[in-house]
Amino acid sequence: MTEYIHKKVQSIKFRVMSPKIIKKMSAAKVVTPELYDKEGYPVDGGLMDIRLGVIDPGLTCKTCGSKLKECPGHSGYIELARPVLHIQFITTILNLLRCSCRECGRILASEAEIGAQKRKLKKIIAERGLKEKNTAIKTFLQKVRTVSKCPHCRSRQIPVTLEKPTRYLEKDKRLSPIEIRSRLENVPDNDVELFGIDPAALRPEWMILTILPIPSVSMRPSITLQSGERAEDDLTHKLGDIVRINQRLFENINAGAPEIIIEDLWDLLQYHVTTFFKNDVAQLPPARHRSGEPLKTLSNRIKSKQGRIRHNLAGKRTNYSARTVISPDAMLKINEVGVPSQMARKLTVPERVTSWNIEYLKSLIQKGPGVYPGANYVTRPDGRRKRITDETKEELLEELEPGYTVERHIIDGDVALFNRQPSLHRMSMMCHRVKVLDGKTFRMNVAVCNPYNADFDGDEMNLHIPQTEEARAEAEILMEVQTQLISPAYGLSVMGCVQDAVTGNYILTSGTKMSRHEAISLLYSLGIDDFTKLRKNELDGKEIFSALLPNDFKFNGRNNACIAPGDPCKSCPKWKNNKCQLDARIDIVDGQLMNGVIDSKQLASGSGLLLRNIHKQYGPDMTATILTNLFKLGIKVLLKYGFTVGLSDAELTDDVVAEIKEEIKKAYEEVEEVIATYKSGDLKELPGRTARETLENMILGILNKARNKTGEIVARHAKADNPILTMARCGRGRTLNLAMMTACVGQQSLRGGRISGGFHERSLSCFRKKDLGAAAHGFVKNSFKDGLSPAEFFFGAITGRDSLMDTALRTPRSGYLYRRLSNAMQDLKVEYDQTVRDASKQIIQFNYGEDGIDVSKSEKGTINVQKIVTNVCGE
Amino acid sequence: MAKDDYLDKHELIPKHTKLGERAVKELLATFNISKVQLPKILASDVVVKNLGLKIGDIVKIERKSPTAGKSTYYRVVADG
Repeated sequence: MTEYIHKKVQSIKFRVMSPKIIKKMSAAKVVTPELYDKEGYPVDGGLMDIRLGVIDPGLTCKTCGSKLKECPGHSGYIELARPVLHIQFITTILNLLRCSCRECGRILASEAEIGAQKRKLKKIIAERGLKEKNTAIKTFLQKVRTVSKCPHCRSRQIPVTLEKPTRYLEKDKRLSPIEIRSRLENVPDNDVELFGIDPAALRPEWMILTILPIPSVSMRPSITLQSGERAEDDLTHKLGDIVRINQRLFENINAGAPEIIIEDLWDLLQYHVTTFFKNDVAQLPPARHRSGEPLKTLSNRIKSKQGRIRHNLAGKRTNYSARTVISPDAMLKINEVGVPSQMARKLTVPERVTSWNIEYLKSLIQKGPGVYPGANYVTRPDGRRKRITDETKEELLEELEPGYTVERHIIDGDVALFNRQPSLHRMSMMCHRVKVLDGKTFRMNVAVCNPYNADFDGDEMNLHIPQTEEARAEAEILMEVQTQLISPAYGLSVMGCVQDAVTGNYILTSGTKMSRHEAISLLYSLGIDDFTKLRKNELDGKEIFSALLPNDFKFNGRNNACIAPGDPCKSCPKWKNNKCQLDARIDIVDGQLMNGVIDSKQLASGSGLLLRNIHKQYGPDMTATILTNLFKLGIKVLLKYGFTVGLSDAELTDDVVAEIKEEIKKAYEEVEEVIATYKSGDLKELPGRTARETLENMILGILNKARNKTGEIVARHAKADNPILTMARCGRGRTLNLAMMTACVGQQSLRGGRISGGFHERSLSCFRKKDLGAAAHGFVKNSFKDGLSPAEFFFGAITGRDSLMDTALRTPRSGYLYRRLSNAMQDLKVEYDQTVRDASKQIIQFNYGEDGIDVSKSEKGTINVQKIVTNVCGE
Repeated sequence: MAKDDYLDKHELIPKHTKLGERAVKELLATFNISKVQLPKILASDVVVKNLGLKIGDIVKIERKSPTAGKSTYYRVVADG
């Protein structure tokens, strides 16, 4: 049996490889830039030496004796003709040079200072941790740098500067890596510690490369192109350059070439080694391919979005998934998703062959991958997977027996995960049932748009097909749409009726009458066949609505029309003859809607308690069905009723127009009056405001009031069945929208105030300078129907553009904020003792949310004790 | 340090009190934790200074909450 060793990682320490270690772990020394010989066989001592690992099938590794895929690769080394600097250590080396003596190598501090600093560091690391230690080291070195005379050997110090990227200058004389290396060798271990370096893990001189480790061949495999040519990895190219230059440098040194030539080659070697580690050094031109494309060397492999970490380790990709545009289909159930048949032929579910389903699966194999309910692959018990094609079909049918697995096309009722980015909350990814449909888009019920935050202006969504029984069970139990109905953020339904469904139900319950015959055909069109609740021949809309409710359902609530939602009805001025004159009080008794008009307050997502109560009493599945039915009912009613909006609906009679004009004129005069008082200096300032701010406030107030008044006038004079008004009443939009269309658009506000600036002391050049009047600062007195003046139109464009900019700039900001929050809170958990703790069991809250309430089990975050009492004890 | 009166009276500063030794023991026992697992409050916090607390003391904070009425929170005084 395999024995597992369980150990906890306490700490990780990084160190720098010494030349000794590099040599020790190497399998080969690289001496020639050649890669392959004439036969295409790797050259001994070349960069593709087979001691460094094998990447060709058939060859065996000379180091470990294993073949391709088994050999992990072995590293090698190059002996550099002259030492070069390692680009990543440039700043550390600079620090060391500046703070140590150029003669004796000691740190430029007296023994007493050294001792004191060591004790200080020890204390800091014990009490405040690594970060504090590093800042302490920095300040200490900052001080030591300025010492001009070595306290140990009394020699004078010369300031060292760095000429980026890889030249150190002492005054104007250049320090060669050889000199630097010998200086660093002189720094004693004891002093090295003061630089924050553990001398056992990193001797300073190791930061200057005398030999260069070569990554194994497996780390830089070459690719064989279709033409048979070999394309080498970027790293191999770079290493080839290094070896070539190194070779030339060796030869020149041995031949006793002049110093200038040697130095040039040395610099070139430095350049190649630098770009081998990092090809985006600020002051260096990046090394390029012949095509001009920069090489991808070591640090580029790891760094940034396309690097190993974010692309390969953090970025996961998946099979059995699909993505396309979404579109609505109100006839789907709330938990269904319409999948294009083209996708259904690619997305599969593995089904294990048993004696019970073998015939069925055989029929699917017979159809193959091309015909819709078919199958794509067959897996034998030994794990061999075979694609079903016309050639393999017969053979597979022959050998199919229990124990095999068939990957069949998804069919109606299969489990799928449906997701829209950004996945901000758990309702962004829910489990739906597949419904295979014609067409090329995903279809979904409009009610689930809200949790996904989706619309149909070109949104795309993703679909995933769980492949194992466990995954399917989990998805069904934990993620199916019904289970997500109640929002964990505010404890109400996140799904509800939208658009026409709201209006339809409003019209139905606000006095529509129809015959029993009509009612039955209406209800039957949504799939309801229980008509026991429809007892009369002439039916009220409320009775038809009630047909969708369970027989013992009880509910009380108020709708949008209610003028005092918090107060008891008896004290309301609209309460006459034991009835709300606005029909704003909703009473459902024994599943019968007695009073009240149903509107967005009851049906829309995130408002009202109707859906919440149904959920509490009858559970998720029933709520989902009722919601689906309510939705369909609304749409069907509207279809029958014929609900349209036209230009004539925004028409007003002449006297109403006159009244509106008068109202606006009055407001203009009032504004002029206030401006006059302001100019005379008599304006009384509001507390904490200047006179100018007070004026702005007052003008805004006057204009707003005027616009609201025009709205009221319109609402008062509009016909009762005005469709725009109807929509406003049922909760889709506001009366304001109608007022803007018919009476007056109103003030365009920019950043909380009126529009100002743009030109010198005026908003547009068609106004006088310093004009403070309404029209000059973005008040639009015309209605959309009358049409805007050019200036008004421009003001509208200003605010429109501003809000567009605002959303465009805000989205990435809030996205990043969310990311930080979710990362900070990702493993917080409510423990059994009700405390909220993190992974290390640190307490975050002593009682979840300070009140211990699970919001998803509450009504809008609170618990209605009164209701519980009534439910238990009766009225 | 002179006691600042306004810290007790200010509406937006919840009531901070030092937890007695017995109460500390009880607290740690009820939640089955050691002091390091408690949330921290800096010793340089004005309220802590005002109460004259030492590092390692535990403060009981009683806040008003719109949903729970009153909620209690405990913090251990930390260096800083």
